[in-house]
Amino acid sequence: MHRSGREHAGIELARVTKRFLTPAGTAFTALRDVDLAVEPGQFCAVVGPTGCGKSTTLTLVAGLDRPSAGAVRVGGQVVDGITGGTGFVFQADALLPWKTVLANVAMGPIFHGAPKRAAQADAREWLRVVGLAGFEDHHPHQLSGGMRKRVSLAAALINEPSILLMDEPFGALDVQTKAIMSNELLGLWDQTRPSVIFVTHDLEEAIALADRVVVMTVGPGTVKAVYDIDLPRPRGAVQEIRFEPRFLELHQQIWESLREEVERAYARTAPPALAKGERS
Amino acid sequence: MNHEPEVLAVAQAPPTAQPAADETSIATRARQQARRRRLLVYAARAATLLLVVGGWQLLTSWKVIDPFFFGQPSGIVARLRGWVEHGTSYGSLWLQVWITMKEALLGFAYGVAGGIVFGVLLGQVRFLADVLGPYIKAMNAVPRIVLGSIFVVWLGLGTASKVLLAAVLVFFVVFFNAFQGVREVDRNLVANARVLGASRFQVVRNVVLPSALTWIIASLHVAFGFSIIGAIVGEFLGAQKGLGLVIATAQNNFDPNGVFGAMLIIAILALTAEWLIGRLERRLLSWRPPALIEAGAI
Repeated sequence: MHRSGREHAGIELARVTKRFLTPAGTAFTALRDVDLAVEPGQFCAVVGPTGCGKSTTLTLVAGLDRPSAGAVRVGGQVVDGITGGTGFVFQADALLPWKTVLANVAMGPIFHGAPKRAAQADAREWLRVVGLAGFEDHHPHQLSGGMRKRVSLAAALINEPSILLMDEPFGALDVQTKAIMSNELLGLWDQTRPSVIFVTHDLEEAIALADRVVVMTVGPGTVKAVYDIDLPRPRGAVQEIRFEPRFLELHQQIWESLREEVERAYARTAPPALAKGERS
Repeated sequence: MNHEPEVLAVAQAPPTAQPAADETSIATRARQQARRRRLLVYAARAATLLLVVGGWQLLTSWKVIDPFFFGQPSGIVARLRGWVEHGTSYGSLWLQVWITMKEALLGFAYGVAGGIVFGVLLGQVRFLADVLGPYIKAMNAVPRIVLGSIFVVWLGLGTASKVLLAAVLVFFVVFFNAFQGVREVDRNLVANARVLGASRFQVVRNVVLPSALTWIIASLHVAFGFSIIGAIVGEFLGAQKGLGLVIATAQNNFDPNGVFGAMLIIAILALTAEWLIGRLERRLLSWRPPALIEAGAI
């Protein structure tokens, strides 16, 4: 089970710029000169308003896309093609609806050439870890949103990734389920300690989970500020940490920085009259 | 006027509020209602058939419409019996059915295989799609039935020319669906598989093909109809055996009963094939939520 070869890999983005060609033929800059470092085993949350290039950052780290300028390094090596040892959890379920839960989780090892029987035994074990023993033969549509998320987590973690990329993973869940899943995520992360980039627009979630919170500006996305979260670990229930004085203090600080960006993003999308009214 | 709804509501309230209406009796009543409705549908279907066929028979025997042009149900039955007992002018009826089915099925198989291979290939390789796209559209715009004449010239009066015509007709239906199906694959699913370590081939096998299968199977219903059309028209254009030839002969002899009789046989064959494809569809797509499958079955 040592497929990654990049044990506890750090992630480093150096002056990364990403441009896209719009259908109209003009260039659109999603990211500009982004510098970002995630130390090995660190849990880093990225917050920012909609359309600030958070998801683009993840696809660059995963190697699904190339930067237009600058370099992305994982474990010291420049990303060139799919980054080995990566786990990716998407906001929408990326489970294959025609495969059973077990087959979905077993995909990772099978893609890496593991024999089917071994992969399935492995998948069974991971399903037990995420609390879904007994649901092996169900299809994804038969599960609730929270359960599908657990399957996604198991499917991402079965490869024992050294870096874990999460794109608003709990964004579609209801508040209670989200809290439960956050706690479970922390528990799972603590067992293997991959480096994490966790993209979210929920600042409370970011502070409760992460060692480091990165605030991004509205497009073109750049890193606006970086905050180290000095709340002690293990943090316990994420619902309760929200009431700690230090949490509130950090929240206050980071929100000051984030609010500006959120307002700018809002002014761009809302009709002018409404945006003005909001400010006065 | 304001009063009326309230009065109605009060008048209707007691039956539903009765304590006797417990869970089981409600369920039984719902089942009975469903059964009654099903029986009613069957009865109405039988009545429709009786009305059309009976009306046809009566109107032609009263000479309101001319049986010389429109045939007659009794005449069709007599013609079919004649074929079964004495065979057609080209050998036994079963031989004609077998020849036509063989052409249709072979054409269907080749067309489906070609359509899937090219559809997936062009759906996956953007460059190929951009280069070949206009030509494929142009070929699709050609009335392909006319190709049958050329195929008969090339391949002669045997089965090969009919198989090719059926395959060409089937190919385009399946190709466009497979192509579209591949294009519609959820990009998240592909990205996820790639991050999990899938090679290009593994992505196609595990994500792209199963995802496009919904589209491909939907096209098979139409495609089988086309394969029968290809076989029949091919036989029309020149053949030594087959149901198309039987129809052409009946047409030349001013025998509408023969044309309708052959049509009936083809319809039965097509319905059987349709049923088999439906079975295959339910089997291959059994992972889908039940509501979708039922909606598809209607």
